[in-house]
Amino acid sequence: MASTKEIRTQIASVKSTQKITSAMEMVAASKMRRAQERMQLGKPYAQRIREVVGHLANSSPEYKHRFMKERDVKRVGYIIVSSDRGLCGGLNTNLFKAAIRDMKVWADKGVAIDLGLIGAKAGQFFKSFGGNVVASTRDIGEAPQVADLIGSVKVMLDAFEAGTIDKLFLVSNDFVNTMTQTPKVRQLLPLVAEENTKLKHHWDYIYEPDAEFLLKGLLTRFIESQVYQAVVENAASEQAARMIAMKSATDNAGELIDSLKLIYNKARQAAITQELSEIVGGAAAIQ
Amino acid sequence: MAMTVQCDIVSAEREIFSGLVEMVITTGSLGEVGIAYGHAPLLTGIKPGPVRLIKQGGAEEIFFVSGGYLEVQPYHVTVLADTALRADDMDEAAALEAQQLAQQQLADQSSEIDFQRAAAQLAEAAAQLRTLQAIKRKAGK
Repeated sequence: MASTKEIRTQIASVKSTQKITSAMEMVAASKMRRAQERMQLGKPYAQRIREVVGHLANSSPEYKHRFMKERDVKRVGYIIVSSDRGLCGGLNTNLFKAAIRDMKVWADKGVAIDLGLIGAKAGQFFKSFGGNVVASTRDIGEAPQVADLIGSVKVMLDAFEAGTIDKLFLVSNDFVNTMTQTPKVRQLLPLVAEENTKLKHHWDYIYEPDAEFLLKGLLTRFIESQVYQAVVENAASEQAARMIAMKSATDNAGELIDSLKLIYNKARQAAITQELSEIVGGAAAIQ
Repeated sequence: MAMTVQCDIVSAEREIFSGLVEMVITTGSLGEVGIAYGHAPLLTGIKPGPVRLIKQGGAEEIFFVSGGYLEVQPYHVTVLADTALRADDMDEAAALEAQQLAQQQLADQSSEIDFQRAAAQLAEAAAQLRTLQAIKRKAGK
């Protein structure tokens, strides 16, 4: 049996770990609230721009942008949104799993894949597993800004426009609630517009200055806002996942401390009993 | 009382204004535009500058936008404001930066994804998590 002193040091070290994990849990909880707020704040824009793009798809424009046309698939692009930091349970693992599963389907068909990565974890993962990474963004921090994402998105959009990639997907975590975050793969390009029968009569916008210029800008903003929303939602998911992971770590540490205390008390009892029996034994030997 | 139209000003990071207004005045790509109730559908870019709203009753409110887009439907005006100053060469620079970071990260690796190895490691990580949970459940009993 380990000496009582050893067990005492072990208990102390687990206790200090527990303090750290419980502090991290509380920090994650408050950060999660802020991330959720940010998620809510961005929703009106995403919704409005979706409406505008929906109007566009349902109008009868004299000009159809490349982003809206389907074509044969020879190469696809993925934008993968991960977190910058770890210690958030299986969040990134599950996300990469979903991405890999989806990519394998394309790879089996002989379709090549380009990757645009957001977040340090995705960078690390695809560094060790290969993949043709064409753009990468990291250190977005807790308050992501659209400006941070423009570069990566532009690389992918340019590739789509130039005909290098024929489809673009976005992989990120959906924040369902604090306990559940589900990885999702969504198609960004070509745009899949929802049908709106209310607007199905013949009409078109007045375009100033012209449709081509406006559509390009607007659709770029639309994709950017989708990616931004995904990044913000992923940030909320990250904090939620970290909160849960740290909570269970704190609980585990508590259990560990309890069982260590039991062992410690047993060892102490054993030591006392042994000492007593030695004294009694010694006294008996003298008599 | 003048007819009013629903106006929303939103940026990707937050909602700036939402409410009924009599008129929206701003600078479009081709010059000043004033939008009132019943305007024909219009789509135009906005130059960086003020967006002036004349609210119900004549009160004015002015917002500054650093560019964006204006969509007009007869009963609805939407201003999609940019959060960042946009210029083609700036976007280009950001794109280059993203590409460079990617190349830096991938200096020494093949471009083929090693699906099997990736799947194996992911499975391992998932298994570790499951095991931890199982251990925890057992300890909890």
